Amino acid sequence: MNDASERTWTRKDLVGIEELSRDEIELVLDTAPQFVAVSARDSGIKKVPVLQGRLVVTWFYEPSTRTRSSFELAAKRLSADTLSISASTSSLVKGESLHDTLANIEAMHSDIVVIRHRYAGAAQILAERHDSHIINAGDGRHEHPTQALLDALTMRDRIRAVRKDPEAGLDGVRVAIIGDISHSRVARSNIWCLTKLGAEVVLCGPRTLLPPRVDEMGVEVTTDLKEAISRADIIYALRIQLERQQRCLFPSLREYIRLFRIDSTSIQAAPEHALVMHPGPINRDLELAADLADGPRSVILEQVANGVAVRMAIMHLLINSGVET
Amino acid sequence: MTPPESSHVEETVVMTAEAVAEACRRIAQEVVVANEDMAEVVLLGILRRGRPLADRLAKLIHELTGVAPQVGSLATTLYRDDMRSGMRPLKHGYGKTHFEFPINNKTVVLVDDVIAAGRTVRAALDEVMDYGRPTRIQLACLIDRGGRELPIQPDYLGWSVSGAPADHVSVQLMETDGQDIVLLERAAKESENERDDASP
Amino acid sequence: MSLLIKNGHLIDPASNRSETADVLIRGKRIEAIGKNLDGDKVLDASGCIVCPGLVDIHVHFREPGYETKETIESGCRAAARGGFTSVVTMPNTDPPIDDAGLVEFVYRRAHEVGCVNVYPAACATKGRAGQEMTEMAELKAVGAVAVTDDGSDIDSSWVLRRVLEYADMCGLVYLAHCEDRSLSEEGVMNEGYNSTRLGLPGMPKAMEESRVDRNVRLAELTGARLHIQHISTAGSVAIIRDAKTRGVRVTCETAPHYFTLTDDALADFGTNAKMNPPLREAVDVAAIKQGLADGTIDCIATDHAPHTITDKDVEFQLAPFGVVGLETALALTLAELVESGVLTIERALALLTCAPAALLGLAAGRLSEGGPADVTVLDPNAEHAVDPKAFASLARNTPLAGRTVRGQVRATVREGKVVYRSDE
Repeated sequence: MNDASERTWTRKDLVGIEELSRDEIELVLDTAPQFVAVSARDSGIKKVPVLQGRLVVTWFYEPSTRTRSSFELAAKRLSADTLSISASTSSLVKGESLHDTLANIEAMHSDIVVIRHRYAGAAQILAERHDSHIINAGDGRHEHPTQALLDALTMRDRIRAVRKDPEAGLDGVRVAIIGDISHSRVARSNIWCLTKLGAEVVLCGPRTLLPPRVDEMGVEVTTDLKEAISRADIIYALRIQLERQQRCLFPSLREYIRLFRIDSTSIQAAPEHALVMHPGPINRDLELAADLADGPRSVILEQVANGVAVRMAIMHLLINSGVET
Repeated sequence: MTPPESSHVEETVVMTAEAVAEACRRIAQEVVVANEDMAEVVLLGILRRGRPLADRLAKLIHELTGVAPQVGSLATTLYRDDMRSGMRPLKHGYGKTHFEFPINNKTVVLVDDVIAAGRTVRAALDEVMDYGRPTRIQLACLIDRGGRELPIQPDYLGWSVSGAPADHVSVQLMETDGQDIVLLERAAKESENERDDASP
Repeated sequence: MSLLIKNGHLIDPASNRSETADVLIRGKRIEAIGKNLDGDKVLDASGCIVCPGLVDIHVHFREPGYETKETIESGCRAAARGGFTSVVTMPNTDPPIDDAGLVEFVYRRAHEVGCVNVYPAACATKGRAGQEMTEMAELKAVGAVAVTDDGSDIDSSWVLRRVLEYADMCGLVYLAHCEDRSLSEEGVMNEGYNSTRLGLPGMPKAMEESRVDRNVRLAELTGARLHIQHISTAGSVAIIRDAKTRGVRVTCETAPHYFTLTDDALADFGTNAKMNPPLREAVDVAAIKQGLADGTIDCIATDHAPHTITDKDVEFQLAPFGVVGLETALALTLAELVESGVLTIERALALLTCAPAALLGLAAGRLSEGGPADVTVLDPNAEHAVDPKAFASLARNTPLAGRTVRGQVRATVREGKVVYRSDE
């Protein structure tokens, strides 16, 4: 295992991947495995006292069961106290501003605030003006950094197992991201994370769901699924939302399925070893066929397990690195 | 674990390679004597150097009894009490906690190269308890450096070294450093009374 | 058994041929083009021009839904009589051609009729409502040659942008009917001096030009192909000319009535001169001719829009828009463009054959050995008066009734079969 002893974490917050260096990303990935082990203790207590006595607040404007649960579980396994605030219970509904709400949370001596918001930049403006350690759990279409980190960890673990090389990275690994790139913060964070780690990224989706000039992020772009997955080591399917069809972004689910679904027919164009990933929740048989989601190529459940560990690692790094707040 | 740079260092050999080997043999014998059924004993080496020592003890115990106790590693990084106070930057530890056997109802012998303040052993005890409920926990150390801050004492000890708090005890092992030797590095000048670096 | 078209003046703009030559047809294909050929059955084309079967990329055959105005069968017969062997049908039928089953229906009907080649265009939006895109990948897979909501523009720029992007991804071109209905809403003729004089509400030229401009800019934004239908004004020609110099992937068509008539033709409130876009003014006719001459306008398409006599036999304000055109297009082209010296006959025929075919990638509009035997024989000198009662179309709504024109189709051959033969 990489000896991480000389590297330090110096950021107060985790707002996005775009500003992180390769070293910082790898520090998170190298810190996570010990937390994977904590969650994997079968006879013991799945807890370590790393964040004992600390308060982690999850503040989610958009509903989300899986990401919120993952953060809360991560905090609890670090022995922290947790508190959850959602849009419906928060005073936002009563018209309180973003900053006032956070100030009120901080008055309860929160240590970490995990925020998900429907508008891009929310995490950043809060991080700049407040002392709490802010973790961005998704801001509009902009970034979802913990997702990209858990994805990278999952990919790296698999590559290391396949190559039997415990030091292998993602250099030269080819990842195809398929679906609604335009609206996806998961795609953006993954693009930054993977390109910084030296992977090749190709994006594929209907023309109407590809953001303008996205190739300038250092990726290949195509509207042809076969072409996208033909040499891919990893196929990453994004969730397609029905609302997009109603906004005239593609004509019907039927046609989307014919052209872009990852299923046992379309997967023939991919190499035998290609793995299938998805950030969840999956629309079974829509963007991803059920048999592939459950099949041997899928590492989706590993993504979920790694999600808790990565979030534990990040909270540990934020709190215990001695960064001045 | 480097000594303060500004001081002039005087090195004394506390244990030679032969002395280290002899101490390990003696500890192994003591462990065997103290524990009737070696099949119920497991060794957990506290990373970094505790693990190679534990491996050596397991081999010696096997020579003595024909039974080799199982060996694992304990990282203790997630149980350090100085983390909470945020008093110093994280050391990201040397490796992962890893052992492939259950510890319930076993005698766990913690193995470490040096005990000083005792905080590392305290962290190790907390970690072991989170994994299960051993019948008892014992502690084997190659060197006792002194400077206790907690009421924790080794059950099996190789050698005791006393020195000023600023002095540094350096344990080197073949597996990690290419040779077996224990050195005492004395500061020639008075240097600041730092927190004891020798307590890992 | 072979068919020999003999002694005609062969013009094939696609290969730059214009010379006396015979065409030998065997089965469905042209076997040979050359001098002094022999064949079993002879069609004497002396004094005639022999050219590729004409191609019209804008016709309304009204089936399904409006079979009293025209059917696929009668439309094909009208096409053949006009010298056309390939047509592209518009999808504003009832139901509109917005799914694969209906595209296949048109192909099947045309195949049953067995007269000329019919290529259906499909709707760009479901029901032509301008809100949701059609399943273009599937429509292309079953043979739609283009997408359009013709009859209407797509009002929402958001939707049109997505349509252009998606169509481009599927390899289809969007055919644009450019009209801002909020400007043209009550209008029934060109807005100008004549509309004031006649007391009829007008449709200003800006109704077309503002949308030509917008559509061109969206094509530029998306990098997609755009084809503008039935342009009628000088302003539209200018916008397209400029867009082409900027490298925008835009093409356009005009209809024969826009280089033939002005809104003076409405003086007697004749509803057979009422169409959309409406007849414009002399300056526009001149600009259209100039656009054809300098290549700004890529082809001629009739926008053949049949209506029954009953439909049209109402007050001008209430009459439906549309005129037929398949059976008069060639004569008008010869009279207004060739005879007047605006275009050579070779260039004029290109605008009716290989040029429109190329725009939509149709295997039509050229004469080549081994190619399909779609051939038209026309007498460029035959003078006659336009007689709607002789039309093969079910409809009679033309503003040219009684007009003396020169140029008549003598025979139309499609896949080696003579699908029209004139009596004289």
